[in-house]
Amino acid sequence: MTDRKHHELPKNWELEKLEDGRMVLNMGPSHPAMHGIVRVLLTVQGERITDSDVEIGYLHRGFEKTCENVTYNQCVPYTDRLNYVSPFINNVGFALAVEKLMGIETPARCQYIRVIMSELSRLTDHLTCIGANAMELSAFTVYFYLINAREALYRLTDSVAGGRITPAYTRVGGVTRDLPHDFKASTAEVFRTVRKNLADAESMLTRNRIFYDRLHNTGVIGKEEAIALSFTGPVLRSTGVPLDVRKATPYLVYDRFDFDIPVGSNGDNYDRYLVRIEEMKQSMRIVEQALAQLPGGPVNHPDYGVTLPPKEEVYGNIEALMAHFKLTFEGVKPPKGEVYQAVEGGNGEVGFYIVSDGTGSPWRLRVRPPCFPLTAGLSRMIKGAYIADIISTFGQVNMIGGELER
Amino acid sequence: MGLETAFGHSYLTTRLDEAVNWARKYSLFNYPFVTACCGMEFMSAFASTYDISRFGAEYPRFSPRQADVLFVVGTVNEKLAPVLKRVYDQMCEPKWVVSFGVCATSGGFYDNYATVQGIDKIIPVDIYIPGCPPRPEAVLDALVKLQQKVSRESVLDKKYK
Amino acid sequence: MTSYLIENVRSKFPDAVLEAHSFRGDETVVVKKEALADVAAFLRDSLGFDMLMDLTAADYLPREPRFELVCHFYSTRHNYRLRLKCPVGGEQPSAASLTPLWPGANWFEREVWDMYGIRFEGHPDLRRVLMYDGFEGHPLRKDYPLKKRQPRIAHRD
Repeated sequence: MTDRKHHELPKNWELEKLEDGRMVLNMGPSHPAMHGIVRVLLTVQGERITDSDVEIGYLHRGFEKTCENVTYNQCVPYTDRLNYVSPFINNVGFALAVEKLMGIETPARCQYIRVIMSELSRLTDHLTCIGANAMELSAFTVYFYLINAREALYRLTDSVAGGRITPAYTRVGGVTRDLPHDFKASTAEVFRTVRKNLADAESMLTRNRIFYDRLHNTGVIGKEEAIALSFTGPVLRSTGVPLDVRKATPYLVYDRFDFDIPVGSNGDNYDRYLVRIEEMKQSMRIVEQALAQLPGGPVNHPDYGVTLPPKEEVYGNIEALMAHFKLTFEGVKPPKGEVYQAVEGGNGEVGFYIVSDGTGSPWRLRVRPPCFPLTAGLSRMIKGAYIADIISTFGQVNMIGGELER
Repeated sequence: MGLETAFGHSYLTTRLDEAVNWARKYSLFNYPFVTACCGMEFMSAFASTYDISRFGAEYPRFSPRQADVLFVVGTVNEKLAPVLKRVYDQMCEPKWVVSFGVCATSGGFYDNYATVQGIDKIIPVDIYIPGCPPRPEAVLDALVKLQQKVSRESVLDKKYK
Repeated sequence: MTSYLIENVRSKFPDAVLEAHSFRGDETVVVKKEALADVAAFLRDSLGFDMLMDLTAADYLPREPRFELVCHFYSTRHNYRLRLKCPVGGEQPSAASLTPLWPGANWFEREVWDMYGIRFEGHPDLRRVLMYDGFEGHPLRKDYPLKKRQPRIAHRD
């Protein structure tokens, strides 16, 4: 591309001195296995990778700067599109960060609903990751089965939030609307589909010789190195570190549920795959417990300075009308200060760092993307491997462009 | 093109048009230039529930030389724009472009320093699919409209000379 | 127990710590720019902060020093967090790189350079990571307009 001349290569790559049969190969930004938008420049000796440079930025959409110019609640649709396979987790993380800044807590029912929707998002995230990875290793049937399961989940989230992929479900102080009446029954039905499809996919992949050979002992990374590289999520758990934000610093009502954290041992792609499969089962377990314990009551914070008052009040008395007006035009106004809120996303710890200057827009909104250090560590994970191993490693790292580059 | 242009606008050419367009529209090989969230709905449209295979268009060709339709799915930003132009240039005629989602159509709600406000600033577009992301039914509707557009073409069109 | 961290840092580096507070359960320590590398090494080696969770910056434009480097640390062994901030200013803002201590800081620092223009001394390979080479300016600075575009190829129409 015209930018080949302009692209700054790493300083230690002396391409002119490549005489020993090494070759520079470009896995360009528009590549099926690169999930569209990552470019990997490889130096290969035959099929073995000796060095690599991962170039990102092809989906940078200016999320952080845009959010400095809109109100807090207007940031919520932008957060949907961060990790777009698990949008509820981003919505919940952002709302929790602003609520932490304001020092308020939402009602119990809202917290349970947020947990349920987050876990449904985690399911869609892992289903997409394994489905896409299997497809790239040419297991097409598994892809169709898991996308079918994902469709059932999308119908469910569509009925709750109005959107399949971009729900914009949470607001500061609560959620947009309550769950539909038949949610418990629909969820039971959907989980039957998901469990069946997952069982079929597992029977085709887990003890499959080809799949095992492609994933076992590829993309290996050790415990200490993973921690030093700031890995979190299933990739870190596959190395043996039992770190999960839901257990370490429980937020919402996660401390009331009984669930396990699957931990691998080898730190390779096969362990990551197994960790994700088990996490899906645990997510379904959490949702079922949450639905059993779901309390009644309001879903929004009672203070009209935070949540919109109900329409009957707005058209009824003047205080509610004024509150509605101010909230819509100026937004919620947290006190001055800064806060960091971490939630467990599909890929690891999603951190929201918000600096507030007292007005209705954030002064600085930072998202700590879990796949940013993972993609940075990709060079380390594929060094010395075959080109074919990039596919499995990159798939199991689950790079989601919206989150990586915001 | 060839011998058929010797006949000009006649019965034989229109029969030929119909045959050629019938073949083209029911076997559209797409190049999925997938970048962002719309890619999830793209996956849904191409999977079993919404099944674009009924229309003959399910086969993604990941090489621009072998593809007919360029589906630009998701946001295109300034860094990616030269890549898109290059992929479009590498495709052979006949080619069509479908702009999938509002980010590809007009930049979406990302009106900032990084985003191209619509891919029609870079390449000509045939079908625009609005939605953020568009429902898979909208994608199927767009494909049907593209098929109708293809069926209105002629072998005597300037672009095939 | 948690303010034990702040007291520990303060007692080891009495003249480097400018300010420390705890707000909504987050402990924050603000140190001078020159002491950043030493304090970070102390955090890693003595206090057990083995993971650099996040490294970013914020622009407080009318204020001098203009930028503030913000590092979030996490200890996997003891499960506590700490935020380390350090004001950075001047015409050519720069700070010490944390990449020798935590290799994961590599890309975070590249992003801060890309978005804010803060150089990191000791960084092995400081170049842009999100914007393209040839982009002029640093977009997340407060004086960079939101809609100032720099087209990379010629647009039609």
